[in-house]
Amino acid sequence: MIRFDQVSKRYPGSDEILRKVSFIIAPGERVFVTGHSGAGKSTLLKLMAAIERPTSGTVLIGNQNTSQLRPAAVPFLRRKFGLIFQDHKLLYDRNCFDNVALPLYINGVVGANAAKRIRAALDKVGLLNKEKAMPITLSGGEQQRLAIARAVVNRPAILIADEPTGNLDENYAAEIMALFQAFQQVGVTVIIATHSVLDAAASRCKRLKLDHGQLICEMPESDQTKADTDITPELPA
Amino acid sequence: MKQWLNQHSRALLLILERMRRNWPSTLMMACVMGVTLCLPGILYVVVDSLDRLAGNIQGEPQISLFLKLELEPKTISEIKRRLTQHPEIKNYQFVSKEKAWQQLKHDKNGADMLASLEQNPLPDAFLLQPKAQTPEKVEKLQKELQQWPGVELALVDASWIKRLHAVLELGNKAIMVLAALLSFALVAIIGNTIRLQILTQLEEIEVSRLIGATNAFIRRPFLYAGVFYGLWGGLVAWLILVSIISLFNYSVADIAELYSSQFRLNLPSWRIGLVLIVSAISLGWLGSYIAVQRSLFNQK
Repeated sequence: MIRFDQVSKRYPGSDEILRKVSFIIAPGERVFVTGHSGAGKSTLLKLMAAIERPTSGTVLIGNQNTSQLRPAAVPFLRRKFGLIFQDHKLLYDRNCFDNVALPLYINGVVGANAAKRIRAALDKVGLLNKEKAMPITLSGGEQQRLAIARAVVNRPAILIADEPTGNLDENYAAEIMALFQAFQQVGVTVIIATHSVLDAAASRCKRLKLDHGQLICEMPESDQTKADTDITPELPA
Repeated sequence: MKQWLNQHSRALLLILERMRRNWPSTLMMACVMGVTLCLPGILYVVVDSLDRLAGNIQGEPQISLFLKLELEPKTISEIKRRLTQHPEIKNYQFVSKEKAWQQLKHDKNGADMLASLEQNPLPDAFLLQPKAQTPEKVEKLQKELQQWPGVELALVDASWIKRLHAVLELGNKAIMVLAALLSFALVAIIGNTIRLQILTQLEEIEVSRLIGATNAFIRRPFLYAGVFYGLWGGLVAWLILVSIISLFNYSVADIAELYSSQFRLNLPSWRIGLVLIVSAISLGWLGSYIAVQRSLFNQK
């Protein structure tokens, strides 16, 4: 469970990016964070992953208050998340396999066990045949999928994606959204920030709309079961 | 525990692989460290060899105990008794004035000198060997003996030993100072190398942080890198040291022969090698720790 309570964030020398934002995200939900660029979407996601800390208010992840976390405990909190960044943040000095391996190595998983999980993650995003390829040779959509494979290889409970379809054409974007839906169906909480017009599937999910740092509307999940029939998800884990 | 081992072995393999891939720069680094470390090593070997040489010559420091002229035989036997019982004295030898006179007469130079003398001016004397070998203890003993009744003069035969020891002491201090200065230089060199490596991997470090790497995880490969630079450097230093000494020993042997001495530079013992390598490793570790700490954790 992720809970924001009257959260404000201000960077030194700037206006408030977020103003008294409150909401709750239940486990297993799929949530879209929308708003114009500069509305505070990325900051909201950074607050969740304890990359930033709130200026005021509290951010609760599970039962942990991120502002009161010791610096040494932050890495362990972050391991609960799978983070997908707008600019992928792939490492271009190593192949796809090694890119996906990084979170496992950080967790101390190596060898055959790691290889199995890496291939499973690559398979899920349809890149199994590219494990030896360098990321620079992949298309934009493939790079984004590789980033997703890296985010899910550790089987996180929460997946956070910042503009995952930002630079992709519609077909790729639909593919990626379908992937996220598949993860949600196996119980992962999925939080996606996007400024693009939401497609049909997304419009039925919970939405947090930000405008100049304020949460202006919070649309509850509507008829979820009906929505799921529209899109055929990829194989769940 | 297994997880911990996995993380360490991975960091280790990663670094060894990286060093193998960049072997020219690794080799360069090892040579820089090796040359730097072998300097105090060479000085140590020289001082150590001289020390042993001094030890051999000094072997048994002697104290000559000249007695007052015209002593009662009773006093002499009293001194004899005290010498026998003294715990600090290994053995002694009584040289009566008649015996010394005779010895001097046998000596050609002495005989000329004695010809001008009418009577024996020599005192009775004891030649004694103390158990203690260090100059301080011998000197203490000498001062004690000087106080005994009937003793005119207690003379330590070789005050040059003291001078030699002082010079060697100076040599030891020079080694210390040199080692300290060069250690500092090595820490700086390794620190700088590691800092450059960190700069080429800032991206990986940033991503690792974002996906939950602990500081220890980020630091680990760099610390291993420092340790391995130290290890290679120490090994190179050892090699250089052994080759230089072997090379020099030919010439040293020639020179020593001219002085009819068996003096050789001693090959350093494995203990010295161990000290060399362990200190190189520690310096490597320290250098990289400082570098990592400075470039990674201060910028936040």
